[in-house]
Amino acid sequence: MLVYTFKRLLACIPTLLIASILVFLFIHLIPGDPVAILLGDAATPEDIAALTYEMGLDQPIWTQYLLWLGNVLQGDLGTSIFFHEPVLSVIADGAETSILLALMTMIWIVVFGIPIGILSATRHGSWVDQITSGGAMLFASIPTFWLGLYLILIFSVGLGWFPSSGFPSISDDGGLLNIRFLVLPSLTLAAPNAALIIRLVRASMLDVSREDHVRTAKAKGLHPMAVSLRHIFRNALIAVAAAFGFTFAALVSEAVVTETVFSLPGIGRLVVQSILRRDYPVIQGVILIIVVLYIIINLLVDLAYARLDPRVSLK
Amino acid sequence: MPLLEVKNLNLSVLTGNDLLPVVRDVSFRVDENQTLGIVGESGCGKSLTSLAIMGLLGGTPISMTSGSIVFSGQELTSLTNKERRSIMGNQIAMIFQEPMTSLNPVYRVGDQIIESLRKHRQMTKTKAKKRAIELLDLVKIPEPENRVESYPHQLSGGQRQRVMIAMALACDPKLLIADEPTTALDVTVQDEVLALIRDLQQRLGTALILISHDLGVIANTCDYVAVMYRGKIVEAAPTADLFSNVNHPYTHGLLNSIPVIDRDIEWLKAIPGRVPTINEKLAGCAFNPRCNIAENICTTCDPEQITLHDDHYVRCHFAKRGTND
Repeated sequence: MLVYTFKRLLACIPTLLIASILVFLFIHLIPGDPVAILLGDAATPEDIAALTYEMGLDQPIWTQYLLWLGNVLQGDLGTSIFFHEPVLSVIADGAETSILLALMTMIWIVVFGIPIGILSATRHGSWVDQITSGGAMLFASIPTFWLGLYLILIFSVGLGWFPSSGFPSISDDGGLLNIRFLVLPSLTLAAPNAALIIRLVRASMLDVSREDHVRTAKAKGLHPMAVSLRHIFRNALIAVAAAFGFTFAALVSEAVVTETVFSLPGIGRLVVQSILRRDYPVIQGVILIIVVLYIIINLLVDLAYARLDPRVSLK
Repeated sequence: MPLLEVKNLNLSVLTGNDLLPVVRDVSFRVDENQTLGIVGESGCGKSLTSLAIMGLLGGTPISMTSGSIVFSGQELTSLTNKERRSIMGNQIAMIFQEPMTSLNPVYRVGDQIIESLRKHRQMTKTKAKKRAIELLDLVKIPEPENRVESYPHQLSGGQRQRVMIAMALACDPKLLIADEPTTALDVTVQDEVLALIRDLQQRLGTALILISHDLGVIANTCDYVAVMYRGKIVEAAPTADLFSNVNHPYTHGLLNSIPVIDRDIEWLKAIPGRVPTINEKLAGCAFNPRCNIAENICTTCDPEQITLHDDHYVRCHFAKRGTND
């Protein structure tokens, strides 16, 4: 397991390097002279020359890359054109919201997705299964912005249980109770993903239940619940763990929409605003962080995989 | 009192809206310490019969339509699921055909053996683990203290089948059902595993039902043989009697198709034709299309079971006449 973890960590390095090159080249994707575009129409040639020098754009491209990579490794992601602040601190401002939102979303996905999936599989063919499978299909198909608006309409405007927008930091007045601002957004984000997990748990459990070793477990006289959880679900979990990696990818893009609908000061909304403001360094910084996060999540999924399936680490 | 008595067992498979009979009117008994062999081609219903005894037909399209299964004086078919489970893996245990896939890949073999001990004997983990090591030693797995920590993929096919046997014997069952226990194994390992089952059966005094398509395997192991064809027992007799006094042409065909190594022959004698599928409706004796002594009566009338003597039963219109080659 230790050797496997180490190998898997080493394998991340080339991926990170390639990703960093692509992210670096992003700034060069801007058509024309990026500096001229960054500064706008009113810029004088002196301004352009000064910023070109400041950004190191007069250097050969590989020197630029190494300089940039060196800065990134020291935590310097450049300066936001709009805020005139370091990109890292701009992103950090949105991080609290986004991290709490992601955590809460993941909790909903696990809390709803897995038990309902198990229920649906163990009662498969019954009305319970029909309702849960149908419901899962429905939630997997509803667009997030639509669901978000309806949740606001019902639970904020109608029942008044939860606030409809914004998120004061948990270090502000209200403390941890401010989490209630994230209930509706996280439910919105969780719905389609939990629905996918329900369907996946159900399908994998039905697959596993046809395997020979399940018959062996039944032949031991075990309670059907023990057979379902200890034998069928435990094997189905291998496929489900892999899906959590994809879920994360889906969350990133859906978070952009959700944070906009609920006016949350998170990274998703920051990306949208930065695109509108053409704040390329911020966009670049966010992409870099998402890429790194994605690689870390995949590493964790792979490690979980090896933990769940003893056959993996030997390969 | 017999340990197990199966009487007029009928099993049907649900296909669409039809219930097609797959096991018909099967009766046999197993006494304590006795070994019964059930032999027949694939699809004859021998495995289904054993699953019905175990109580493993739930969740399959196959259901028991009539009959009785009495084990230790208890009618198994009238028990609740919970009562049934307290017998499964405890007093009746089963070894399956596929050792490669019959063990759960994500658990150590020790933990899989422990499960039935914890369930039926309420043992503590440490005690159950000690017993698991004893059991692995009993089935002649080398270094049982280390092997108990192995995952199934770290064991060979033969070793996995030994683990399956250890698992089945965990709670000292009174009856062991072995469904083609050696079919999926290498020929060299087959004999070892079979010898192990035979040896353990004698040492532990467990009654055994051995299911096989290989009459040779049965002949070496069993006291009593039942030959099944298309869901029915066509001939049943004590092993010695069956071999010296073959009555059913199907049994005859099975015997003839065992290759004899020390004789120089050009062709193996196979039974002509194929096993009819369950959808095919056959009038008369199910074996008539493949039978070399069939006459008109065989295509119109299904033979009743006749008792030749003592314990020798056969379903054939020409039983007393014997068969021609």
